Amino acid sequence: MNLFTAIFHSTLGKKYLMAITGLLLIFFVIGHMIGNLQIFLGPESINAYGAFLKSKPALLWGARLGLLATVAVHIWSAITLSAKNRAARPVTYKVNRSVAASYASRTMIWSGLIVLAFIIYHLLHFTVGAVNPELLALRDEAGRHDIYLMVIQGFSHPLVSGFYLLSMALLCSHLSHGTSSLFQSLGFRSGQQKIWANRLALLLAWGIFLGNSSIPLAILMGFGKEALK
Amino acid sequence: MNLTLHVWRQENATDSGEFVTYLAKDVSPDMSFLEMLDVVNEDLLEKGADPIAFDSDCREGICGTCSLVINGSAHGGQKATTACQLHMRSFSDGETITIEPWRARPFPVIRDLVVDRGSFDRIIQAGGYVSASTGGAPDANTIPVSKPNSDKAMDAAQCIGCGACVAACKNASAMLFVSAKVSHMSLLPQGQVEREQRVLDMVSQMDQEGFGACTVTGSCEAVCPKEISLDFIARMNREYGRALIKSCS
Repeated sequence: MNLFTAIFHSTLGKKYLMAITGLLLIFFVIGHMIGNLQIFLGPESINAYGAFLKSKPALLWGARLGLLATVAVHIWSAITLSAKNRAARPVTYKVNRSVAASYASRTMIWSGLIVLAFIIYHLLHFTVGAVNPELLALRDEAGRHDIYLMVIQGFSHPLVSGFYLLSMALLCSHLSHGTSSLFQSLGFRSGQQKIWANRLALLLAWGIFLGNSSIPLAILMGFGKEALK
Repeated sequence: MNLTLHVWRQENATDSGEFVTYLAKDVSPDMSFLEMLDVVNEDLLEKGADPIAFDSDCREGICGTCSLVINGSAHGGQKATTACQLHMRSFSDGETITIEPWRARPFPVIRDLVVDRGSFDRIIQAGGYVSASTGGAPDANTIPVSKPNSDKAMDAAQCIGCGACVAACKNASAMLFVSAKVSHMSLLPQGQVEREQRVLDMVSQMDQEGFGACTVTGSCEAVCPKEISLDFIARMNREYGRALIKSCS
């Protein structure tokens, strides 16, 4: 059998793609969170981190394009599999009872699509600067992009922060099912492995949720207020 | 006890079908679910109406022929129980019960509650067999099988192919069924000859039949009357990857 056909045209192959791209995205989300948490160390730390990333354009753009490709494959497999799943049950049940299936597991496509909308907003907000162009023009004393002030200004709007918090809740619902399932799709979730995969998924989902939410929450509660003056 | 039944009635494969309400009177709590339907059917026959068509064979929970979605649960929601082994004592007097056929594109309704599960047969034909040498019957225990593998293979071999996994899965996926068959044979020495080709062919047939993909919700495992574990799906995913790597090298 042709390997390409087997992977891109079979349900099992697409689940491999979904699992591998999902795993890569998990690593990105963890790295992104650790990078962002530097905001609690003050302006110097996070602005220097931003300047360091910008000073390596080849690496930065390589990572960005890699991420874009990863996201594209993840979404393509999700949508094609989802369409196949829907087509597999043309007549639905009158009485719908989901047995044993968790809420997160039944809503993966929706949590995923809303997170996608969030990612687009997030990029327009803090990377492209289409939402508030003035945020990208901020400069600190050393002439670097003032990320610290940008984040504090960005999150001082309760509506914006609220949307971030909601999106993190959905992302973590997605991760709580996805992290455990990727082991299943790759074939390593039998017996004892299942217990560890579920524990890891729970730990990761809560860790990412609390870590990422801590930034808008802290800012809403007054963290960095003096920088706004 | 008296019950109200909402039953899916469909003349034939092309009919659009509808729910019809029946009253089941004087039902004994000791009846099985199918016996209760038998009584309703006798009543319908006396009135000159068409009886409700449903599948059944052994009526002792081992053949996998009965196939009813009762109140939204495949086989009625009692742990490790087929519809024929579900008893009316699990219901209460005056209850309304909705009875539907398995719903999946690869399981078209033939009549009322009877579906065509030929898609499962075609998956078995694609790879659910082993090569055996001809000649006299071999002596017992001439092929050593480790105890853990034998136990796992027997757990998988418990699958009776009823299709409840497909009926319960929100994606109408047949992964639990196919993985039980793949695992059963790949765990035993007798199944090694076709090990790689089997998983590739059975998965390919499963896809062609139009079953959905697994999203690891665990519904299949929960309704399975033989308690086939989700672990077998992980095993099949591994077997498939192994077969792909082997086919390239």
